[in-house]
Amino acid sequence: MKIEKKDILDIESLPAEEIELILDTADSLKEISTRPIKKVPTLRGKTIVHFFHESSTRTRTSFEIAAKRLSADTVSISASTSSIVKGETLADTVRNLEAMNPDAIIIRHSAAGAPHMLARLVRSSVINAGDGMHAHPTQALLDMMTVREKKGRLHGLRVAIIGDIAHSRVARSNTVGFLKMGAHVILAGPPTMIPQGIEVLGAPVTYYVEEAIKNADVIIMLRIQKERQQPFLFPSEREYASYYGLTTENLSAARDDVLIMHPGPINRGVEIAPEVADGPYSVILDQVANGVAIRMALLYLLLGGPR
Amino acid sequence: MKQTLIKGGRVLDPETGIDGVMDILIERGRIAEIGNEKSKIQNPKSKIIDASGKLITPGLIDIHTHLREPGHEYKETVESGCLAAAHGGFTAICCMPNTEPVNDNQSVTDYILRKANMAAGVRVYPVGAISRGLRGESLAEYGEMKAAGVVAVSDDGNPVMNAQLMRRALEYAKGFGLLVISHCEDRNLTANGAMNEGVTATRLGLAGIPNAAETVMVARDIALCELTDAPLHIAHVSAEGSVRLIRDAKARGLQLTAETAPHYFSLTEEAVMSYDTNAKVHPPLRTDRDRDAVRQGLRDGTIDVIASDHAPHSSVEKDLEFDAAANGLIGMETSLPLSLKLVEMGLLSLKDLIAKMSTNPARIVKLNYVGLKRGNPADLTIIDLEKKFTVDANTFCSKSRNTPFNGWELKGKAVMTVVGGKIVFDDR
Repeated sequence: MKIEKKDILDIESLPAEEIELILDTADSLKEISTRPIKKVPTLRGKTIVHFFHESSTRTRTSFEIAAKRLSADTVSISASTSSIVKGETLADTVRNLEAMNPDAIIIRHSAAGAPHMLARLVRSSVINAGDGMHAHPTQALLDMMTVREKKGRLHGLRVAIIGDIAHSRVARSNTVGFLKMGAHVILAGPPTMIPQGIEVLGAPVTYYVEEAIKNADVIIMLRIQKERQQPFLFPSEREYASYYGLTTENLSAARDDVLIMHPGPINRGVEIAPEVADGPYSVILDQVANGVAIRMALLYLLLGGPR
Repeated sequence: MKQTLIKGGRVLDPETGIDGVMDILIERGRIAEIGNEKSKIQNPKSKIIDASGKLITPGLIDIHTHLREPGHEYKETVESGCLAAAHGGFTAICCMPNTEPVNDNQSVTDYILRKANMAAGVRVYPVGAISRGLRGESLAEYGEMKAAGVVAVSDDGNPVMNAQLMRRALEYAKGFGLLVISHCEDRNLTANGAMNEGVTATRLGLAGIPNAAETVMVARDIALCELTDAPLHIAHVSAEGSVRLIRDAKARGLQLTAETAPHYFSLTEEAVMSYDTNAKVHPPLRTDRDRDAVRQGLRDGTIDVIASDHAPHSSVEKDLEFDAAANGLIGMETSLPLSLKLVEMGLLSLKDLIAKMSTNPARIVKLNYVGLKRGNPADLTIIDLEKKFTVDANTFCSKSRNTPFNGWELKGKAVMTVVGGKIVFDDR
């Protein structure tokens, strides 16, 4: 099995069957990470460049571990160690990388559309590891994997996505992904953080967190993105926490077997109370573990497998 | 005596109301006679230009262009810009002051006009800055710039955020009979926006610019126009709400005029869908609703002028991430054909279109010749309305290639441009 695509740029361009295939593949590859020798030869001789133009701990480490567990050779570049600091444009950097003939380029960039621009310029596969406020397809896939693993299905579940929807690529990709797989998605946050026209994605919007939490099977809390914030979105973290944060009190309206998720890094005490983040419903660390499996699956499906 | 006779074309002049097959006799760079074939204009010694089957209009005038000289000659020079203008059918253009150095004093105005004289093509009427250095802090020297040749003042590219400065600019410019052209934008509302705010921006994950960023400033400037009783021209109208505000203000009799650009009545935000930086422009391409409102504004006379807002950028500014790319697109070589589509769609009569691209702009910047009248300089454009062609940016005279219209199939274009009796472009 292989995905007949060069790039993974967003969830929109993945049909439901391909998402299913990626999740199934990730389920089967997950076991490799629990072996004493966590390595298979599948991608031996393949070269993968990790081009991280924006800071990242989780995603970058996860991609690198995934590639290494499949025996690919990896190279890692960050904006601060690249020629970007010498004024080289993204297009030129990428053309140079391409000249070294990598098999895949994993890119994270603060500008929406940067991976699309890159994909047009290179023959290698491009995987979007997060572009601006646009998309974070691997996060959505690992979130869907986590939910499917815990609940046995995605179809019919009620998924609440709460917080700074406007600045969140995770919200966009998850909304599209969960809807595609037959879940119901409800978005919640203060009106200053709800982007114009988001309803066209097919998810209703509420300004009342309680309404979103009510009967939720899954709650995805979003991080207040201090680095992307524009002024005047909310008055204080204190007020934000009390009206839009997830606490043990407002969580009681959710279903008894609710899953609490967060793409990380979390702001403890702001969008999520510490006791909720560390509590029994939290699957935040399962998300991280599944991230490696999802990225292994994507690399395998794009670069490996029988020709 | 050197004479040129343009024979057999359909002459259409919104100023005089002429519309019919006529001959035009040009003598010493001026229009000597206009009459039908039976009239006395028969001179065997004159140079004859056969314009049969073509449309002859007063020279087209583009009152909103950026020529990039001095300072950014790799994008455009006065000469290459004039050549692009001539190829687009324009006999005169106004160039905005956001050069480097800024055209906020007479020496820069002089420099531009000297370059324009050397180019010896179309007429160039510089626009001076409203504020020194376009910084929005203090008035530039309007008196001296006017004496040097500017026809208007504008901080185009930047809004004048300080309402008091805008008020004083309108008042002070009035004293010199200078028009103020306003780039209406509230920078606080634009913030870090890269495209129109709405569904497409949300899908693409790009920060949006709301319509209100334009309309609140249009509203402010209308209030200041009323306060100062000074002429005001609103540049590049793109939003439905702006059209409505201008329509109402005009109904109250204010000295208000407005322009839009072909991209605002030809495209919508959809053009940005693939992160195409050639469609990144300020104000941004908006929705169907806005596009339709702009068309309606043209139709009912709310919008007086079509101007290209020709804004050349090289690949250095455009071959970048969408957020990082410069705003602007080039338009002088596609403006007329795109505008002719409005006639084909039945939105404008040919006469109204020519008025918006020639006689209205001439009157707004107070040129002392308007229309094809005897004694006026022989500035005219000969148009082949039936000529079909495919836009190919690589054939442009402009030094830049940043157009979202590359590959478009268009019909109708200028085939000859005559400035002061001299042929500056001939593609018959």
